[in-house]
Amino acid sequence: MATKIYVPCDTTALSMGADEVARLIEYHAGQKGVEIEIVRNGSRGLFWLEPLVEIETATGRIGYGPVEPDEVPGLVAAGLFDARSDHPLYLGSVADIPYLKRQQRLTFARIGITDPLSIADYRALGGFEGLGKALAMTPQAIVDEVKTSGLRGRGGAAFPTGIKWQTVYDEPGQQQKYIVCNADEGDSGTFADRLAMECDPYMLIEGMAIAGLAVGATQGFIYLRSEYPVAHSILEEAISRAESEGFLGANIRGSGQAFHLEVRLAAGAYICGEETSLLESLEGKRGLVRAKPPLPAIKGLFGQPTVVNNVLSFAAVPFILDQGGQAYADYGMGKSRGTLAIQLAGNIRQGGLIELAFGVSLKEILEDFGGGTFTGRPMKAVQVGGPLMAYMPHSQWDTPMDYEAFAKLGAGIGHGGVVVFDDTVDMGAQARFAMEFCTVESCGKCTPCRIGSVRGVEVIDRIRAGENPDANLVLLEELCETMVDGSLCAMGGMTPFPVQSVMKHFPEDLTA
Amino acid sequence: MHMAEQINQPPVASRGAATGDWTPDMIREEVVALKHKPGALLPILHAVQNRVGYIPEGAVAIIAEALQQTRAEVHGVISFYHHFRTHPVGSKVIHVCRAEACQAMGGRDLEAHIKSRLGVDYHGTTADNEFTLEPVYCLGNCACAPSIRVNDNIHGRMTPQKFDRLADKLTTATLEIR
Ligand SMILES: Cc1cc2nc3c(=O)[nH]c(=O)nc-3n(C[C@H](O)[C@H](O)[C@H](O)COP(=O)(O)O)c2cc1C
Ligand code: SF4
Ligand code: FES
Repeated sequence: MATKIYVPCDTTALSMGADEVARLIEYHAGQKGVEIEIVRNGSRGLFWLEPLVEIETATGRIGYGPVEPDEVPGLVAAGLFDARSDHPLYLGSVADIPYLKRQQRLTFARIGITDPLSIADYRALGGFEGLGKALAMTPQAIVDEVKTSGLRGRGGAAFPTGIKWQTVYDEPGQQQKYIVCNADEGDSGTFADRLAMECDPYMLIEGMAIAGLAVGATQGFIYLRSEYPVAHSILEEAISRAESEGFLGANIRGSGQAFHLEVRLAAGAYICGEETSLLESLEGKRGLVRAKPPLPAIKGLFGQPTVVNNVLSFAAVPFILDQGGQAYADYGMGKSRGTLAIQLAGNIRQGGLIELAFGVSLKEILEDFGGGTFTGRPMKAVQVGGPLMAYMPHSQWDTPMDYEAFAKLGAGIGHGGVVVFDDTVDMGAQARFAMEFCTVESCGKCTPCRIGSVRGVEVIDRIRAGENPDANLVLLEELCETMVDGSLCAMGGMTPFPVQSVMKHFPEDLTA
Repeated sequence: MHMAEQINQPPVASRGAATGDWTPDMIREEVVALKHKPGALLPILHAVQNRVGYIPEGAVAIIAEALQQTRAEVHGVISFYHHFRTHPVGSKVIHVCRAEACQAMGGRDLEAHIKSRLGVDYHGTTADNEFTLEPVYCLGNCACAPSIRVNDNIHGRMTPQKFDRLADKLTTATLEIR
């Protein structure tokens, strides 16, 4: 029988040469007359090991990584096809790698194991069980299950998903309702949405279909950022296969219930991750933020009741329906229930995706998982939760990952991205960048954000040039307060957070 | 399932393949195929840009008429989004990530190197029409930073040296790179 060899196909593995590695492995197998079958699986999210090549053996999957194309001939010579251990890239049993083994993977349980587009693989590991159960439940019972889970939106605002669904469900029936997936993932340091879509697309499809059943919506849209071409092609293919096997479409699994799904490509505007701006964009307009109320749950896409959720919020739903809301709620701490997808990035030795119950400390993530910086230098600052969130100094790294604990520090978890900087970072430049980013990405609707950010860049430049630093620091603080208080949405309202964190924790870098 | 071919195929005609030549009929074709969709404007603009390489001035009137919008409205949408452009581009569009995770890994130096190697600033196209340079804020490849995107291919752990090698390969290859 042909030996199964896995070579991942997610963006990160591809960015490190996975296609070339797969081609070379095939070529060398041909040369040696070894019969192999190459499976393009998803990535396990252990990105410092990508491309991570795995060989199926009688005792489980054996890994080698990171395998750069140049390494393939040496690996083959050292017994790759027999899963031999005498090569420096040999990792042993992949499932036993501590980084992976220590995680609590509920949402990402299948990631990297399966061929993302194989419905058979998906079902073999519990896929579509949740949908099957939902089809036999009343809509209210589905909503209740999600409420029991305690799931809070993973897109950043952490609003309870069950309550959002209830609001849409409670709107009168007999009208078009929509399910919209926010797949705009614009925050630097985040890639969990991408990984979920590229490596387990049916999980998102299943979660959205369940949402449709729950609130009585027959049409869904995935608003996908244009920066994700690989996710785009995988989603398109997955949707078409799910339709042909009856998991989507006019009559889901013969139930008489309908749910249609379409991917819509965004066009490179960070603000379109904000849900009302996203809806404007989906309607074919400029992505200007709408004032709330009305909530999208009541007047959303094309003025109709709409559920807008992040990819990971939908992705958590199949588990919740399959195993029960309580099984999900059993993980976590305080009011942060279930698991968090932590994305470790930037200047870090072992960057990747870590799924753990809420409550793990930032320090454990940085040290135990991350293994220190990539450059080997001391860490200086960590930005958690994307470009609108605070830079956290050493003294705050004991904080447990919990929405309330972070909020108390004036920080946030956002979408779970953790970006690490070593001691060569110039925090003044980072503060300036926060304002600059806002000038580029502001939707332009309100003055504090549109103009304030331009002034912010100028004031920081003056401070850094040594022009009246004291007076300009006061001015900067006032400007930040105006933006926080006077902006319509979090773009202008939170841009000051990274700036203020630099003023507070790294003042010497700003005035140096 | 063997996915290599599939992944290599961009979901839509590669930007590199667009010639920049266009006719009103080409635009009409794209518009007719998509205008029935609710909120059709973005899909139409994507389709036009994929086909032509940019959104020609002359396309705006055709699109506006088909969607019963004003030309100003269509212009307003095009100019709002960073992705859409109104001028032809080189055969390879290089997006350089400017966001925080890439900054933490030397992204600022990489940006400066790429600009000087190509001799263009952001939104510029090299004189030989080979490369157009664009900034981007995160490619979702932040654990293997810094990252760039060349047409639809993303490259991680980019360095000035690696970039030079890549640029050489891209300029000498006559085939479409993948
Ligand atoms: C400036 C800004 C950018 C945002 N970007 C995203 C994003 O990229 N992805 C996302 O899911 N939510 C984003 N959000 C949050 C959304 O507005 C919204 O809260 C979320 O999509 C709701 O889904 P959830 O409840 O499942 O988290 C952003 C919000 C703001 C203010
Ligand atoms: S704060 Fe900025 S992005 Fe938000 S609505 Fe106002 S101008 Fe638009
Ligand atoms: S910050 Fe550059 S790829 Fe995410």
